[in-house]
Amino acid sequence: MGEDTDTRKINHSFLRDHSYVTEADVISTVEFNHTGELLATGDKGGRVVIFQREPESKNAPHSQGEYDVYSTFQSHEPEFDYLKSLEIEEKINKIKWLPQQNAAHSLLSTNDKTIKLWKITERDKRPEGYNLKDEEGKLKDLSTVTSLQVPVLKPMDLMVEVSPRRTFANGHTYHINSISVNSDCETYMSADDLRINLWHLAITDRSFNIVDIKPANMEDLTEVITASEFHPHHCNLFVYSSSKGSLRLCDMRAAALCDKHSKLFEEPEDPSNRSFFSEIISSVSDVKFSHSGRYMLTRDYLTVKVWDLNMEARPIETYQVHDYLRSKLCSLYESDCIFDKFECAWNGSDSVIMTGAYNNFFRMFDRNTKRDVTLEASRESSKPRAVLKPRRVCVGGKRRRDDISVDSLDFTKKILHTAWHPAENIIAIAATNNLYIFQDKVNSDMH
Amino acid sequence: AGAAGPGSGPGAAGGDGDDSLYPIAVLIDELRNEDVQLRLNSIKKLSTIALALGVERTRTELLPFLTDTIYDEDEVLLALAEQLGNFTGLVGGPDFAHCLLPPLESLATVEETVVRDKAVESLRQISQEHTPVALEAHFVPLVKRLASGDWFTSRTSACGLFSVCYPRASNAVKAEIRQHFRSLCSDDTPMVRRAAASKLGEFAKVLELDSVKTEIVPLFTNLASDEQDSVRLLAVEACVSIAQLLSQEDLEALVMPTLRQAAEDKSWRVRYMVADKFSELQKAVGPKIALSDLIPAFQSLLRDCEAEVRAAAAHKVRELCENLPAEGRETVIMNQILPYIKELVSDTNQHVKSALASVIMGLSTVLGKENTIEHLLPLFLAQLKDECPEVRLNIISNLDCVNEVIGIRQLSQSLLPAIVELAEDAKWRVRLAIIEYMPLLAGQLGVEFFDEKLNSLCMAWLVDHVYAIREAATNNLMKLVQKFGTEWAQNTIVPKVLVMANDPNYLHRMTTLFCINALSEACGKEITTKQMLPIVLKMAGDQVANVRFNVAKSLQKIGPILDTNALQGEVKPVLQKLGQDEDMDVKYFAQEAISVLALA
Repeated sequence: MGEDTDTRKINHSFLRDHSYVTEADVISTVEFNHTGELLATGDKGGRVVIFQREPESKNAPHSQGEYDVYSTFQSHEPEFDYLKSLEIEEKINKIKWLPQQNAAHSLLSTNDKTIKLWKITERDKRPEGYNLKDEEGKLKDLSTVTSLQVPVLKPMDLMVEVSPRRTFANGHTYHINSISVNSDCETYMSADDLRINLWHLAITDRSFNIVDIKPANMEDLTEVITASEFHPHHCNLFVYSSSKGSLRLCDMRAAALCDKHSKLFEEPEDPSNRSFFSEIISSVSDVKFSHSGRYMLTRDYLTVKVWDLNMEARPIETYQVHDYLRSKLCSLYESDCIFDKFECAWNGSDSVIMTGAYNNFFRMFDRNTKRDVTLEASRESSKPRAVLKPRRVCVGGKRRRDDISVDSLDFTKKILHTAWHPAENIIAIAATNNLYIFQDKVNSDMH
Repeated sequence: AGAAGPGSGPGAAGGDGDDSLYPIAVLIDELRNEDVQLRLNSIKKLSTIALALGVERTRTELLPFLTDTIYDEDEVLLALAEQLGNFTGLVGGPDFAHCLLPPLESLATVEETVVRDKAVESLRQISQEHTPVALEAHFVPLVKRLASGDWFTSRTSACGLFSVCYPRASNAVKAEIRQHFRSLCSDDTPMVRRAAASKLGEFAKVLELDSVKTEIVPLFTNLASDEQDSVRLLAVEACVSIAQLLSQEDLEALVMPTLRQAAEDKSWRVRYMVADKFSELQKAVGPKIALSDLIPAFQSLLRDCEAEVRAAAAHKVRELCENLPAEGRETVIMNQILPYIKELVSDTNQHVKSALASVIMGLSTVLGKENTIEHLLPLFLAQLKDECPEVRLNIISNLDCVNEVIGIRQLSQSLLPAIVELAEDAKWRVRLAIIEYMPLLAGQLGVEFFDEKLNSLCMAWLVDHVYAIREAATNNLMKLVQKFGTEWAQNTIVPKVLVMANDPNYLHRMTTLFCINALSEACGKEITTKQMLPIVLKMAGDQVANVRFNVAKSLQKIGPILDTNALQGEVKPVLQKLGQDEDMDVKYFAQEAISVLALA
């Protein structure tokens, strides 16, 4: 299938433009379900908003269904850990959809400490008929009750119900940074800074520790786990990334505790490039297996890299996301921006990768044509059917029209969270409190 | 119900009807109450509702309503699924049992496993009530619908239903059922394959032997080499059932290659399953194959690189040895098992050692006195000195098996230091476990040995800083008195207990009272009246209220043992005084004691 990131072909449909800007509305995670029909976002206020793709209309078969709000619910509330005198934020760190088992949908959402399993169901019937009162709840005159009446189900407007099914608590001492569902559909893992736990989806009071990198003495701590994911097909494999820029692939078949990795993916450091910031910028902020299961995609501060599972020595591809920031690391360090955790995403066929940047820019790299593009998620370009224009950041003197200079980049506008529809060219971009959904205009012609 | 007053008011005409209708009407209305507890309550009384409605209305109104109420909370659905399994009588008997299928069918597709499992269980129950004709007309189509459902929840539920309808179906239908089962065994989702694998053995049992060989075995082989670990490990379980059905020859040819492969699976979880099911497998394959195939497999499991697997195998050592054919058993154990056990005694993992310690003593009965002394005793002693308290504890708690073979004297010398050490372990649960074995040990060691070595420990526990230990120590004393008699109690225990009544710590003073509560019955009237009662009465003047009300409780407890004189002359005035105590609790318990002892 011919993938193309050429912006002229990317049409976008702007979905929601929340105009309120409280901290709680800042989107903290974006995730499509396995079919792409649903899209979930989590925010700093502990809410989960689910969008559903409207079915294609019969009159215009080529017009793609747009995403509309399907359900909103409060997943986590702020808590206080009295034993440690710590506040536990309600912010949703990650959402993962479970494979669909029946008409209901299920997802896992997590904040720093507690993972919850939610069920989302539709309901279009409601019971009618009481014996002792009428539908408004007014008590009937008992003398009129001479026979028993069984309630009858009558059709009603479709209602989406979200109900909590399980709470997986007390499994983590440190902050949970990722969750991932196993291909066996019965287990999932959760990773915090130092440990990874394996849970059974039906059992909440027990989890197994599968990785523990906590040193006996916390002063010896040099490395933390930054992200973790199960292999899409092999139930026994998972990868975790570290703050030192390495990836460890573990095999759960080999032992119950996977402290010894099976493979270590690490790029040798270039001594000429070493600086005070080397270690910080090499910290991996996200790792994703390709859909095929053959490759892994990692994001560090300045680059995205593609690794082949069969080659540990170095990545097979490295793409510069915003190399022009290399000279600005000092001020980025002072503003703490250097610690921003950007995520990355594969498209459905693993041929294009996407990741966010500053100034509401996001980058796409076509692995086959080696073309790359910078796009901007902004309100101006978000009118329905408008076309995204490529943007350029210029370094130094020769500045073209429409170019933006490095110095005028807005570092408060960052795109950390992005998601790509599992099969089609539809992307979801979280820019602080706005969610943008863009889709390929000629998508249907390309399949 | 006040409105339906007897024989008056407008409701009087249907008065009788209203009275009996009302509670049912409430139950029906509460089926859709917002409070989940009330809904649950109503569902649990579903039979009452059905009875009131009668069989016809239950079939035409109640069941259709229930079929669509699958939106409810899991616990309500679970109760519903359970109720429906016993509903046949309420819908009109076996001829109408099929009316129960629709609601159970929808329950069999919900996402919560316990609800689905319960629905399947009820369906299995109801299938037995179908006539063969009804089975093919209603039940089998249901199974087929579930088996070919879009959602995997329905397909997983189907897996549990094949075995109940197969034996009663006609040959044509049987072939169809087998076909459906086959396709579920190769379903796309691991969930369904797991369900199929877990029901494979059960299904094999109801099949004709030919079909087992031609159809089940290939399915088994496939599932046992599934890409998902969680499927492969369930195939091990199925192996047990299938092996029982086949002749030795077929077993060797059809099943053993797969089982051997499972014992060497790349995934430790699968090997763990083999270890865990080892005794069942051993029985299923019979002594000959067990000897030629399973013993080598067991050896490698005992040496597995994963501690979980070694621990599971270690757990099975005793059963494996016991199940070996008596003839040649000793040789097999001595030559092929014991060397491996010796390695496990010094395993690096404490769970492995602890698993072994929990069963190793059982080998002594199998191997006999001489072998035990020569080969096992050193192992026991090594484990008794293990750094991990759990290992030592497991050895001590199984002393009785060895006792039967070689007598306790031989063990006691080396045993004692370990016991003393455990008795003083920093973990109170360990101390508690030891206390619980004290009466057993005392019985085995005899009174002299006990007095000399263990008595002081038992007394030390009475002043432990953990209440649970003090409580257990008190009960322990009672059991010891039952074993060694009142004279021993009077000489060794009672004086020491009574001395504690003057302890500056009120908790210890209370322990005296608790001990008296426990000991009075075993010690009998004389000791209680002469030695214990004065102390109790004296403590009624304690400055701590907790002690005083425990005095009242103690008096209530020992009262029935005392003679009337003591009761009237000594106990009564004290209780009366306590009954006027300034502390509320003291007053309460004193008055309670007065009324129980009928002293008022």
